Amino acid sequence: MSSPEFKNPVVKWIDHRLPVFSFMHHELHEYPTPRNLSYLWNLGSLAGLALVTMIVTGIILAMHYTPHVDHAFESVERIMRDVNHGWLIRYIHMNGASFFFIVVYIHIFRGLYYGSYKAPRELLWILGVLILLLMMATAFMGYVLPWGQMSFWGATVITNLFSAIPWVGDSIVVWLWGGFSVDNPTLSRFFALHYLMPFMIVGVVILHIIALHRFGSNNPLGIDVSGKQDTIPFHPYYTSKDLFGAMVFLTIFASAIFFYPNFLGHPDNYIPANPLQTPAHIVPEWYFLPFYAILRAIPDKLGGVLFMFGAIAVLFILPWLDRSPVRSGRFRPLFKLFFWVLLADCVLLGYLGGKPAEGIYVTLSRLATAYYFIHFLVILPLLSVVEKTRPLPQSISMPVTGAGMSAAPAAKRGKADV
Amino acid sequence: MFKRVSQIICAGGIAVLASMGGMAPAMAAGAGGDIVEHDWTFDGPFGFFDKASLQRGFQVYREVCASCHGLEYIAFRNFSDLGYSEAEIKAIAAEYDVTDGPNEEGEMFTRAAIPADRVPSPYANENAARAFNGGAYPPDLSLITKARPNGANYLYSLLVGYKDAPQGKEVPDGMYYNTAYSGNLIAMPQPLYGDDIELAGDGDTSIEALAEDLVAFLAWAAEPEMESRKRTGIAVMLFLFVMCFVSYGSMRYIWADIKKK
Ligand code: HEC
Ligand code: HEM
Repeated sequence: MSSPEFKNPVVKWIDHRLPVFSFMHHELHEYPTPRNLSYLWNLGSLAGLALVTMIVTGIILAMHYTPHVDHAFESVERIMRDVNHGWLIRYIHMNGASFFFIVVYIHIFRGLYYGSYKAPRELLWILGVLILLLMMATAFMGYVLPWGQMSFWGATVITNLFSAIPWVGDSIVVWLWGGFSVDNPTLSRFFALHYLMPFMIVGVVILHIIALHRFGSNNPLGIDVSGKQDTIPFHPYYTSKDLFGAMVFLTIFASAIFFYPNFLGHPDNYIPANPLQTPAHIVPEWYFLPFYAILRAIPDKLGGVLFMFGAIAVLFILPWLDRSPVRSGRFRPLFKLFFWVLLADCVLLGYLGGKPAEGIYVTLSRLATAYYFIHFLVILPLLSVVEKTRPLPQSISMPVTGAGMSAAPAAKRGKADV
Repeated sequence: MFKRVSQIICAGGIAVLASMGGMAPAMAAGAGGDIVEHDWTFDGPFGFFDKASLQRGFQVYREVCASCHGLEYIAFRNFSDLGYSEAEIKAIAAEYDVTDGPNEEGEMFTRAAIPADRVPSPYANENAARAFNGGAYPPDLSLITKARPNGANYLYSLLVGYKDAPQGKEVPDGMYYNTAYSGNLIAMPQPLYGDDIELAGDGDTSIEALAEDLVAFLAWAAEPEMESRKRTGIAVMLFLFVMCFVSYGSMRYIWADIKKK
């Protein structure tokens, strides 16, 4: 790669000693990107936008927030009522968490469909799953901070899960709480960690991007880039496309913030935490519901916890479960079918996680949980062996091969180009 | 190209409209009782508060609910939102006593409230509130419409929901039958009957009208920022719609040479 010629003498002087400008040029400007990425490839930059938004609004909130059980709820109300545009900052942060998860979940399913986890991108994928775990921990602790009823009882239920660990479980829970129940020490440490973890996420995101730039983006065809004719420079092509995606995202995000800011939240969290009064139904935020359903599907506490974490653990080993050499679901008729079943299964789990654990809901949760694990542990390894994949195109710029792919090549190309 | 632009704008528009209009009522069904769905001026992206109604609602709160329920997050100065002048707010505040201090002798003292004070709560603490209400706790009302599912409709239904208990339903002492309350037995005696209040400006004093004004007032108390939030929202949405068009256009322009190959 040739070093760019910088015209500005100051830039040139700095770049000679500290090549940040060359670095940015390579990674954000000339960075060769497959020419056929679809809009699903916008979600990565949107996740970055969401992360920055959360950090900026979070730091402003922290300037006004008081992490003490007697003042936390009131300090959030003061932010809402007395801090200039505090309601805006807080609603962006509160809904931003949800939109961050929406974006990241779509991003993950994109990867699942197009086989983006396969060699040579295994570590890239694993770093992504790690980001998801950190996000979950961050969001869980953040939700505790306003110290409403759901904050308190959600924290109580989830921290109590650790008591399922044999022998040392109870001591671990007391250690986590810093006392004998969720109380002031718990709140202050959650605040400290909630402030810390987003910056850990930033660190992992940087590694994620370094790994990405090693081999470049996967693409809807799932085949490797075969030469210059298959790629275009990141700037201005994908910068302009990412900008458009960001505007569409912000439009939808803004409609939630300004018109229905509490739609995704739970009304009980506007009741101050009361350790003496358990809410009728304790439900986590929507983005945890599939995992909550898995937790409750297993009749044994320890088992539930193991399966819940197992649901993420299988994602870590996914690159070694799906051994098919073909990446993209486009050329894997059976895989494609099971992909959609898995997506439906996850939505069903999310629905069940919001229902009381009784009657038919329990049975359905068990079936859906079983299917989730069967998909990863049985169906994918089996498909790698038995599935007859469709012929792959020769290259990205010539996406059509002879056999079986004759349907309207022009239309296909038009689509792949956008 | 124009076909694609219109497709994308339509898709975006539908998503936004769905989030603006269609989704909120899906949260209906309150805490298990019968909920009347009512039209409110403050519903939807163009919602607003009717100041006269808020003032009437405040009067009802003050004359009926304030003896049992606090409004702790509202300061008197906030009443400028209801259309009161500074002098009127000073006068309203002066009708309340608050505890202040310690003074130079180290003693707490009572003084008339000023606009910067919060509305004083009727009880010193939760235990005192429970002691006065047979063990039940009348919650603070400053967040009540946000703290219940379908809050405004629920509150309205609760206020007009006192009925004679059906045959065979046991109503214990100190409990009252209410069709909106979950489980139908509430420890709050019927607060509104209608026609027992005299409203400024000859307002309608039927129980429904009183309840409506009161709900509007409490919806304001829970979300005093709502009007400016929605108004800002409209401007932001218009700006973002334009930005969607502009960024889409520039993307197409930049990509034009790629498409030709
Ligand atoms: C005599 C005292 C008293 C008065 C006056 C009174 N309330 Fe209550 N209120 C209570 C008590 C006690 C409860 C708790 C009921 C329970 O827990 O069963 C309560 C509960 C409530 C609730 C909560 C219901 C729920 O879903 O948990 C609301 C809302 C409410 N009152 C509104 C009002 C409004 C509005 C007024 C004025 C029109 C009013 N109250 C007047 C005593 C009162
Ligand atoms: C990964 C990024 C982040 C996520 C997913 C996240 C998530 C959340 C969530 C879900 C809440 C509860 C919102 C509510 O219901 O009120 C919250 C609250 C809060 N967060 Fe964050 N957060 C992030 C980053 C940050 C950062 C960097 C800070 C900086 C200190 C911060 C500070 C706060 C504060 C002070 C609150 C309490 C105020 C409130 O509840 O509105 N957050 N966060």
